[in-house]
Amino acid sequence: MKRHVVMAAFAAALAAGSAGAEVAPADVKWDEGAIAQSLSGVAGDPDSGAKIMTTNALGNCVACHQISAMPTVQFQGDIAPALDGAADRYSEAQLRGIVVDAKHTFEASFMPGMYKTGPFIRPGDAYTGKAAPADLPPILDAQQIEDVVAYLLTLKE
Amino acid sequence: MSLRNSRNKIAATAFAALVLGLGPALAGPADDTLVVNEDVTIVTRAPAAAHLDGHLKEVYSGWLFREDETRKMQKDDFDNPNFVFLEQGLDAWSAVDGSEGKSCANCHEDIADSMAGVRATMPKVNAKGDLWSMEDYINDCRTNRMGAEAWKWNSADMKNMTLAISLQSRGMPVNVAIDGPAQAFWEKGKEMYYTRFGQLEMSCANCHEDNFGNYIRADHLSQGQVNGFPVYRLKDSGVVSIHQRFVGCVRDTRAETFAAGSQEFRELELYVASRGMGLEIEGAGVRP
Repeated sequence: MKRHVVMAAFAAALAAGSAGAEVAPADVKWDEGAIAQSLSGVAGDPDSGAKIMTTNALGNCVACHQISAMPTVQFQGDIAPALDGAADRYSEAQLRGIVVDAKHTFEASFMPGMYKTGPFIRPGDAYTGKAAPADLPPILDAQQIEDVVAYLLTLKE
Repeated sequence: MSLRNSRNKIAATAFAALVLGLGPALAGPADDTLVVNEDVTIVTRAPAAAHLDGHLKEVYSGWLFREDETRKMQKDDFDNPNFVFLEQGLDAWSAVDGSEGKSCANCHEDIADSMAGVRATMPKVNAKGDLWSMEDYINDCRTNRMGAEAWKWNSADMKNMTLAISLQSRGMPVNVAIDGPAQAFWEKGKEMYYTRFGQLEMSCANCHEDNFGNYIRADHLSQGQVNGFPVYRLKDSGVVSIHQRFVGCVRDTRAETFAAGSQEFRELELYVASRGMGLEIEGAGVRP
């Protein structure tokens, strides 16, 4: 009986459609550098996105990009374009594509792909210098990407 | 690349240029001259070697990208934290070690004469056709002539000795051979320099050719020149070898790094050293 309830709940979750289904890095659907579909199926949280973008161990976007809307974040890097007004210049799908892997939009971009698991040359296990495990995770997970995109969409001038 | 993407790229570049004017005040290399002990002037900027055509116009020592206080530490050997260790290397030069009862000085006599200019030519191809760094030559002497044990690449003993030997080339121009038997090694080192390693897909060139003078967070990117090595790194409170720095850089691209002393890093060392032709050996740099 109990088992049937669990099965029914599982079936219901599946029937709810792909809204809750996560898109794996290898299954991302590209359209000229843009990705229309949400990777997590759950709306992004811009506050969480801001945290991810300023945390060294996560996105650390401010290592390279300046964001005027974050005046308290010290030592913002300047090797990449400032993100001010990003939402005026790009659509949500384009921003998602750039965060996932900017090389699809800007050929030879310096920017690391934040939702990419290969192919890489001598991939490592995070910052240990050792070889990567076979199931190397992307730098950010699907929901973290959505959160970052949600924050970027707030950057209007 | 589609037309739309090209336009995006142009817009992004124009925007970056606009922002540069508002960026950190210290962008390029410092306007400073390295005179050590008010005596020896060391060339820290020079026209780039011919082989860098289309890549760099001018080359700069990492010293020029450091803060005022850090640069000052290198202007007087009393303030230079390398010298505690360098003097231990000078002591080791005349200390007997190994089964043959010899010291370095027994064969090479005065380090100031025999080792003058040596650091400036490293790494170089040996008589057997292998590319060797200074550490390899030191260990060859220790194991084959002195009957002593090889020192580990990044051991204190090894760094003390490479510091002592490097000082004897202070103020001499980088003079590595990149042709003849060295050419094949140099080509491999060059290929490595432009290879985007690791999960972050970053090459040496991404930071040190395309972005020197710019900042990654609080890090002021230099050209990654090695003429100042071995260097005292304030962050590590210790002396750092060239290969040790390579290990750190490759690791920071989220890559499986190469080992200090590996064939790959000796080849990379040769190529990187050759990018510093025109600069002079600093005989112990100080870096943040």
